[in-house]
Amino acid sequence: MLFFSSSLYISMYCLLPDFKLSNAYNFNLTCTKAASIISSRSMDFPSTLFVPSRTMGTYEPIHQIGLWGENFKSIGSPNISPSVIFDVANKLENESETTSHELLAPSSKYDQEASKPFDKIQRRLAQNREAARKSRLRKKAYVQQLENSRLKLIQLEQELERARQQCLYAGGAIEVGHLGISGALNSGITAFEMEYERWMEEQNKQICDLRSALNAQISDIELHILVESGMSHYLELFRMKSSVAKADVFYVMSGTWKTSAERFFSWIGGFRPSELLKVLVPQIDPLTDHQILEVCNLKQSCQQAEDALSQGMEKLRETVSATLASGQMGQGTYLPQVAMAMEKLEALVNFVNQADHLRKETLQQMSYILTTRQAARGLLALGEYIQRLQALSTVWANRPHGPAKLTVENVR
Amino acid sequence: MDKVMRLASENGLVLFSKSSCCLCYAVKILFQEIRVTPTVHELDQDPEGREMESALSRLGYSPPVPAVFIGGKLVGSTNEVMSLHLSGGLIPLLKPNHSMLN
Repeated sequence: MLFFSSSLYISMYCLLPDFKLSNAYNFNLTCTKAASIISSRSMDFPSTLFVPSRTMGTYEPIHQIGLWGENFKSIGSPNISPSVIFDVANKLENESETTSHELLAPSSKYDQEASKPFDKIQRRLAQNREAARKSRLRKKAYVQQLENSRLKLIQLEQELERARQQCLYAGGAIEVGHLGISGALNSGITAFEMEYERWMEEQNKQICDLRSALNAQISDIELHILVESGMSHYLELFRMKSSVAKADVFYVMSGTWKTSAERFFSWIGGFRPSELLKVLVPQIDPLTDHQILEVCNLKQSCQQAEDALSQGMEKLRETVSATLASGQMGQGTYLPQVAMAMEKLEALVNFVNQADHLRKETLQQMSYILTTRQAARGLLALGEYIQRLQALSTVWANRPHGPAKLTVENVR
Repeated sequence: MDKVMRLASENGLVLFSKSSCCLCYAVKILFQEIRVTPTVHELDQDPEGREMESALSRLGYSPPVPAVFIGGKLVGSTNEVMSLHLSGGLIPLLKPNHSMLN
């Protein structure tokens, strides 16, 4: 593709503020002559195909091109289409002064040394055109890349801001660093993280409602409704987790969507049921003797079930490790071992589901043992405990380098 | 299926398992913790293991093992055993039927 770049270069100079219109005619002449030479030599090349761009910010407005176009028309250039359209999108800034000056030079040379062979000028023009063309293409690619990066950055900033807003509104302390960024790679994870944000908002709202309800001494029937909502809200979380565990079980295992302190206490992708009981039980005193016995039994069964699952997990780790380490090492091959390990790893989803099942069962058994009022206090205590964990994460993340200070500023 | 039902109806606690299955291992540990000893049938070590496995999958549990029977009656898989234990129903079920107490 051959551009009538000489016309282009000269047209640019038409656009410079200090360009004198009187010179335009000379340039036009040169252009026309150059154009006719070029076109006569290469009849199969298309004539001018330039598109005016809106990005010619630093130059004079477009009407000057029109003016120059008029000049062209007036000389009746046969080879250059009157509808001169310029593609200056990414070219203008790139044109080197020297290149253009070289083009300006031929015009004066033209006037003064008419005997200079056209070939030399021809060659130089062609070389310049080629260099400029390459430069333009490089520039275009670079600008495109920058544009893409810019858009991505804006997107990320918006996500971050949104997440921060949620965080402040919820009064919780969800760390936003990881939200939405790695998740973009996996739609199951992205969906989960979005759902979890909403879940957390709803959770905090329910905590507030429970708090005011318990302080306001509302009837047991109304309290029961709140307790039921709280319970089904947790069930909803387990359903969400089950879904994302199918998409990426390692994601659930790592607890990425939670704050750092929550992750510290994580056991197979969530809270440890026996720990839950340890937190709840002191908050729901007084208990009847019968209740104390039942809670005691539940604690024990919980502990035993947890131990069983923990040991099963340990066995799974040993199995995967042994599988990966099997066969000869040192050859750089690993596909058979990795394939075998993949099969073993599928059991991990089952373990995560079992752990969540245990959490669900623990909550449900507690709701059977406790009265409505006790259950409400229990749910409130659990919710507040999680909020404290989240606050801990925030304070820890924002701690000054030195002993941690609990001031109003660093507890959002 | 016949073999499965025959083995399952033997008195006490019967567990169908696979030696490579880690969830089965977890269930075994749970029984250890509550001091009961199940009769374990490892499908991967049984010549008729394949048929037994397909028979067990027809019971509707995925994966087919672990499968727990108490007193000839199907209790279920890990989920059911855990729920039963947390609700306090597992040990009473085992008491009249246990094969051996440690």
